[in-house]
Amino acid sequence: MNAKTPKLLLEMRGVSKSFPGVQALADVDFTLRAGEVHALMGENGAGKSTLIKVLTGVYPRDEGAIRLEGRPVHPRSTKHAESLGISTVYQEINLIPHLSVAENIRLGRQPTTFGTLRWGQIKRRAREAMGRLGIDIDVMREVSSYSIAIQQMVAIARALDTNAQLLVLDEPTSSLDEHEVAQLFDVVRRLRDGGLGIVFITHFLDQVYEISDRITVLQNGQLVGEYLTADLPRIELIARMIGKDTSEVEAMEHRPRQAEAAATGEPLVRTESLGRRGSVGPIDITISPGEVVGLAGLLGSGRTEIARLLFGIDKPDAGKITVGGAEEAIHSPQKAIALGFAFTPEDRRDAGIIPNLSVRENIVLALQASRGAWRTIGRKAQREMADRFIAALNIRTPSPEQLVKNLSGGNQQKVLLARWLATEPKLLILDEPTRGIDVGAKAEIEKLMASLREEGMAILFISSELEEVVRDSQRVFVMRDREQIGQLTGEQITEPAIMHMIAKHKETGDDDCVIAIGPVPDGL
Amino acid sequence: MIASLQLDLSLTVSESGFLAVLAALVVLAWRLKTPAVWPLAALALLAVFNAFFTVDFFELRWIDSHLFGIPIDILKNGSYVMLLALGMTLVIATGGVDLSVGAVMAISGAAAAVLIKEHEAPFILVLAIPIAIALAAGLWNGLLVSIFKIQPLVATLVLMVAGRGVAMLITEGFRPTITRQYYAYDEFVYIGNGFLFKLPFAVTIVAVMFAITALLTRKTALGMFVESVGDNDTASRYAGVNARVVKLMVYTFTGLCAGVAGLIYTSNIRTGDPSKTGLYLELDAIMAVVIGGTALTGGRFSLLGSVAGALLIQALTTTMLIHGLSSDQALVPKALVVVTVCLLQAPEFHRKIRRLLPAGKRRAA
Repeated sequence: MNAKTPKLLLEMRGVSKSFPGVQALADVDFTLRAGEVHALMGENGAGKSTLIKVLTGVYPRDEGAIRLEGRPVHPRSTKHAESLGISTVYQEINLIPHLSVAENIRLGRQPTTFGTLRWGQIKRRAREAMGRLGIDIDVMREVSSYSIAIQQMVAIARALDTNAQLLVLDEPTSSLDEHEVAQLFDVVRRLRDGGLGIVFITHFLDQVYEISDRITVLQNGQLVGEYLTADLPRIELIARMIGKDTSEVEAMEHRPRQAEAAATGEPLVRTESLGRRGSVGPIDITISPGEVVGLAGLLGSGRTEIARLLFGIDKPDAGKITVGGAEEAIHSPQKAIALGFAFTPEDRRDAGIIPNLSVRENIVLALQASRGAWRTIGRKAQREMADRFIAALNIRTPSPEQLVKNLSGGNQQKVLLARWLATEPKLLILDEPTRGIDVGAKAEIEKLMASLREEGMAILFISSELEEVVRDSQRVFVMRDREQIGQLTGEQITEPAIMHMIAKHKETGDDDCVIAIGPVPDGL
Repeated sequence: MIASLQLDLSLTVSESGFLAVLAALVVLAWRLKTPAVWPLAALALLAVFNAFFTVDFFELRWIDSHLFGIPIDILKNGSYVMLLALGMTLVIATGGVDLSVGAVMAISGAAAAVLIKEHEAPFILVLAIPIAIALAAGLWNGLLVSIFKIQPLVATLVLMVAGRGVAMLITEGFRPTITRQYYAYDEFVYIGNGFLFKLPFAVTIVAVMFAITALLTRKTALGMFVESVGDNDTASRYAGVNARVVKLMVYTFTGLCAGVAGLIYTSNIRTGDPSKTGLYLELDAIMAVVIGGTALTGGRFSLLGSVAGALLIQALTTTMLIHGLSSDQALVPKALVVVTVCLLQAPEFHRKIRRLLPAGKRRAA
């Protein structure tokens, strides 16, 4: 296919980049041909982002050469890279939500006559830009009125508006549902067939196999190799990414579901018709010590909202929560923590980590907060606690004094888990703990959940990846449209069962929902 | 005006002594990696300038066994901004700002003057009532910001504007002057004019307040809470940090600092002046904090940096006054120094500079 056309678009040769104490890239080669989708794979901290940042001029490189269509280039800034034809769409969409699509696309390069905007031209160019992606929308409407997927397309249109030859998509699908991913991939294929070279970074292996022609794997800042996607079985890819034996990975992938029944005995937490108008409800769930309760459902089905009610971030306006038999009004996170709850939110960066504090401070924060400011944990005790969790959770950091923002996503997630484990919680609420983190860290977090459960902790586990919910939960509550629609226990918990439950309910509802679950049967 | 510059290449004992101490401080700060290194370095540069160009800048004299001299004046006149900067540092670290400190100084000073003059109050009340009023003013700011979620800039602007009116109400529109005939005169005047340990008493007050602030923030977990709230409010709340209480506390504490500064100022000029006391000092305090390496966006803070920043501002002002620049003209060189120190701290500036260096050197560095 396209990968066979040999026109080299980009060659990066022997690129090295080090930061104080870290060799982020060591002698890495990367080659991109015109008209191919090239997946850049590796665990968090493998050097993917650094390579992209060198390419887009965010970091200067220490060593190595970059050639674009044979000409050596030295990108100095993202703007300069854009003028060279290298455009990037980042994971978090950098659009201004309350401006129109057209304004966002033309922002910063509006055509003017004597300082006044030429709206006609702005509109026409924006419509053309979207048209190139095969999307016909009203470009004068506010960006925020469109779905995340469309917003992503607008970001792409904006990036391509500068006559790009090379498009970097950094985790473009992490906040899209399956239907939206399909929509995005249509656009990507269209661009590829138009001769654009596309670098695609993602954590979703399925998507790599669906869309990419070639794969380059990095590990620990070094190049592992470049492969044709068709020639690299999935299991081999994972093995290369984490530098492990294929058989080891196979064992991990096919770990049989623990079949033991849900824990019996008195539940730790019970909700009765719990709800909040405009948010979620009514919810009747129980969580017992020593079990992982999964919440399954599509994006936006109300899973996170339940977590927010339980943790006192939102206040319920109906129903009640009983904890250990006593009814409790949980009106703040502090109250929830006092009851022995812990919560890692899905948006790790905005609501989880304190970026400019050290790993040590991030770990002791919740315990210290629960003790109040005066009963201070001594510096030495803090240090010991940090060291203990860094070792126990295998947090990769040069020192406990490293700022958390410098850690990779998976390690940040582990720091958050450490923060809560330090408070010795009874109930651990994990909202998408594995989103955007690498395979290795994912496996470690799943393993940790299992061992915490065995120690008698109650865990509420929220994940978009059904596979994980099925593998790790003893009981699953299924959510749809902000309502609880069913429960599965023990042997009943299978991906098809969950999907059927969501789908069956949908058919009785309105019709367009069926379209939304269109991709589901493929996964069966 | 600049014609008064005269180069004197010889160094006296006290000049070399001061320079050596400052150099040692800079090296120490560099080793400790505190952001205070930048204002200290600027202070050292300014000292070098003064050693060569300002006659007798560092000459200290003993008069009645008290120490006098320009450096002592700088410490004393800088005491207001140093005090304000202590509270301001914490407020800014939570991601806020307090514009009302100058006005709160005026309120506390006016209250003290009226208490002495109109009510012939005992000294202890002359201290306690203005301080209580200042604490209440800080609490008011804190309530607006933390409970009612009003933007700090707007919330404290209210008191910045209204505060001087309140001070005026207290003095009934006058500028009460305190004279020897009043009951608490001697004790009160000592605050801003007395000497302790051979130094102006105000220096001791600053030192004690600094020690208290440093202990409260660094020896308890308060400092960490302040930094975490400023760095990521939402995440801190989810971790169980009571962000409201933290903010309430720092604004109230800033009120306290302003109240104390107001007492020193009023004692110093022996007058409760509602319109002049602390005028524009909120800006100097904010500047001191920023020079000291605490970002206006909140998060990490450095008390030492803020105090060094306040001293730098005062030293600059004094230097320029000596060289005949009026305090209005002096604003321009002051602005230049502030911009320079801020640039030196900015990571973006470091990067730009590094890019200007040839590739070979860059690799070596």
